[in-house]
Amino acid sequence: MKKRNSLASGSVSALLASLLCILIGLVIGFICLVALSWANAAKTGGDLSNVLANAWKSGFKPILMGGFFMKPIGIGREIASAAPLIMTGLSVGFAFKTGLFNIGAAGQYTLGAFGALFCAIVLKMPWWACLIGATLFGAVWGAIPGLFKAYLNINEVITAIMFNWIGLYAVNTIMYGGGTGVMYDAKATKTWALRTSYPDAVIPDLGLSKYFMNRSTTIAIFLAVAVAVLIYVVIQKTTFGYELKACGNNKEAARYAGINEKRNIVLSMVIAGALAGFGAGLYYLSGVAEWSPMNSTALPGIGFDGISVALLASSNPIGIIFSALFISHISTGGGFMNASVFPPEIADVISGIIIYLCAFALLFRVALGRLSGKREKEKVNVNAEPAPTAEENGKEGDA
Amino acid sequence: MEEYVIEMLHITKEFPGIKANDDVTLQLKKGEIHALLGENGAGKSTLMSVLFGLYQPEQGTIKKNGQVVEIRNPNDANDLHIGMVHQHFKLVEVFSVLDNIILGVEPCKGGLLQKAEARKKVVELSERYGLKVDPDAKIEDISVGMQQRVEILKMLYRENEILIFDEPTAVLTPQEIDELMEIMRGFAKEGKSILFITHKLNEIMAVADRCTILRKGKYMGTVDIKNSSKEELSRRMVGRDVEFAVQKEESKPGDVILEVKNVTVPSKLHKNNAVKNVSFQVRAGEIVCLAGIEGNGQTEMIYALTGLTKQSEGSFHLCGQDISHTSIRNRSKSGMSHIPEDRHKHGLVLDYTLEQNMVLQRYWEPEFQQGGFIKFGAVRQYAQRLIDQYDVRSGQGPITAARSMSGGNQQKAIIAREIDKDPKLLVAVQPTRGLDVGAIEYIHRQIVAERDAGKAVLLVSLELDEVMNLSDRILVMYEGEIVGEFDPKKTNVQELGLYMAGARKEGAEQ
Repeated sequence: MKKRNSLASGSVSALLASLLCILIGLVIGFICLVALSWANAAKTGGDLSNVLANAWKSGFKPILMGGFFMKPIGIGREIASAAPLIMTGLSVGFAFKTGLFNIGAAGQYTLGAFGALFCAIVLKMPWWACLIGATLFGAVWGAIPGLFKAYLNINEVITAIMFNWIGLYAVNTIMYGGGTGVMYDAKATKTWALRTSYPDAVIPDLGLSKYFMNRSTTIAIFLAVAVAVLIYVVIQKTTFGYELKACGNNKEAARYAGINEKRNIVLSMVIAGALAGFGAGLYYLSGVAEWSPMNSTALPGIGFDGISVALLASSNPIGIIFSALFISHISTGGGFMNASVFPPEIADVISGIIIYLCAFALLFRVALGRLSGKREKEKVNVNAEPAPTAEENGKEGDA
Repeated sequence: MEEYVIEMLHITKEFPGIKANDDVTLQLKKGEIHALLGENGAGKSTLMSVLFGLYQPEQGTIKKNGQVVEIRNPNDANDLHIGMVHQHFKLVEVFSVLDNIILGVEPCKGGLLQKAEARKKVVELSERYGLKVDPDAKIEDISVGMQQRVEILKMLYRENEILIFDEPTAVLTPQEIDELMEIMRGFAKEGKSILFITHKLNEIMAVADRCTILRKGKYMGTVDIKNSSKEELSRRMVGRDVEFAVQKEESKPGDVILEVKNVTVPSKLHKNNAVKNVSFQVRAGEIVCLAGIEGNGQTEMIYALTGLTKQSEGSFHLCGQDISHTSIRNRSKSGMSHIPEDRHKHGLVLDYTLEQNMVLQRYWEPEFQQGGFIKFGAVRQYAQRLIDQYDVRSGQGPITAARSMSGGNQQKAIIAREIDKDPKLLVAVQPTRGLDVGAIEYIHRQIVAERDAGKAVLLVSLELDEVMNLSDRILVMYEGEIVGEFDPKKTNVQELGLYMAGARKEGAEQ
């Protein structure tokens, strides 16, 4: 009985913490919307009830409803953007389990995009082979910070940030190729549209696009969910996952146990990179957008959103599926806000606030854990001898 | 002199879920040495922290000379002339002795330091109590024993009348311990009152006038040492009779299991070698102990032997097989078990459950995995067997988080895991560090049982009692070299102490 309680309380507190930051984020978002709507009312006239109604109807409601605000296109859009988000979330979450902070998901994602488009346009491969290509390119880009970390003890965050930019500009330069790159469609100032020029390379939709009336809704989401489940199994059920977590929790103890921690650091980064690269493949091979080498001077936001997705889910692969869907939900909803009342940027601001609060998920979790832990301990104290606290290294029971 | 200088009456201090002190009373007479005895986690440190102003008690009063006082922080304690030598010294390494002593109470005139006056006072104090401290030496250049004297001088400089010593002998050689006892007696004669925290019974018998005993946060009484015995103290502390002498037969050494040849290990702290050209053997069925003061190369020696670092020269042979350059996993496979010095750093993954820790070295064996998938049922069963067999106690059995277990049970878990591997060589580094007499007794019995089962045991210990009681052969290490080999039956603590301090050295014996 006791066992089940405490086990459940761990994951419940994690879930509660995540829900709590979403709630707080939404409240703050609503306050922002009211403030903006109020500023708007000062210009055009209108009383308080008007202000609130406006904030709700043209701002908050679309955000809450997300893709459902414009069925079924919106839902399709939401699902399409969730798939790569799940992958970058997994990328960051997987590295977290090994005690590494993969801030390089954006760069690995960029390389994955290059790999996918290169395989599609230059090598004219079918979609599944292009996905493998994207995965490999991402893996290589993940391996570099991993190698630096394992063998030269250089912090992976620094290397990864550098390689984010190196990756971005290298990809841009190669694709643009002075305006005459093979992959570059000079008229559109983007890479060639796969759907029209290389239809074989587009991930099949099995009728999803018809159902959602949205061409970019493909089976990518199912692939992403399948990978998430796979990663869950690897982390929880295999000796490899056991080793990775041991390295992440206590590197020295892992070494003592004969685990090759250097190899595990590299492998963990390789897999993280592969996951991010796969995500880019899902995005670009679904034909959601084309790469624009002239305008892509910032790293893809999906890479960084992966950090929030992972944090919001406490790095649990199954949780990442839902947190990615949620983030995609509110950002899709943001696109449906009334642009005449709220500047389009406000959607980003609000999802930004929620994502920012996601970073506190861990904090809330610790606080919740402490609350429930206190209750538990008090209960124990009533009918048992005092249990030693961990810090005290207390000693009891040998008598 | 029946008047109490400090009275702590009915002190209760609670932490979430635990009463660290439950109605504890401690009365300190003027000019006495008062020992505070208890197992780990019995609440000694908490009680002293209350007296020193680090914690506020929920209940109870503190009186000084009969007056109720409130001690809200260490400054209040200092104003009441209460001083403390902490277990881990609080000194600035790169400062001189004098600078450390005056730190916080610097004599100033017009914003300028007036060191000359301070120096006079320090030298005077040092001479008066025979502390022999050089005020201009840098802390990093002087021995641990000297550093402790600097801490003592800090208390004297602040004119403290009540001196608290928190496990002061843990880091000292036997000779240094004797000198410290002498110094403490000197203080008592001068009318200073001393509170002496320890769990070493011999020291209490030697130096204390009275002793207050705590068990699991509760007050177990105060006894006059004159009318008491070691046995009585330990019974009150643990709650049952404890055997001090390790029961063991004569050892019957067999084949050479471990052969260490000319091993040199570079130091991570300085440019010199930590281990210099060391050779020795361990045979089946004997316990060989590497004795020495902390930091004389024992740790590095064991790291090299177990594969955690690389030796720069020399070789290790386990059962005739050269393992000098093989991986940690291979050494473990060839029959080496390692009870590490630091159970939190190396021994356990604290965020793993007990069962996950129990297979830390064996999860890859076919018994526990198939095709890369962990057999959770087998792991649970195995952990349960070890828990039952070795009496590892925890809140929730196999799924207890290792972090939440008591130190003694964490150590028992490691010992169960290492012994159950059925090794040929058991390397045990300070296996009883920080544990109390009950757990020590148990662990010693396990180690002797391993020896009797024909295993070779290499023990590293800083505790001379353990060295003398447990080993069949003692190798003393000093500054990275083995300076002497002894039969524990033919030597004594004093002799070992001289070798450990580097005062004597054997020429050719090994």
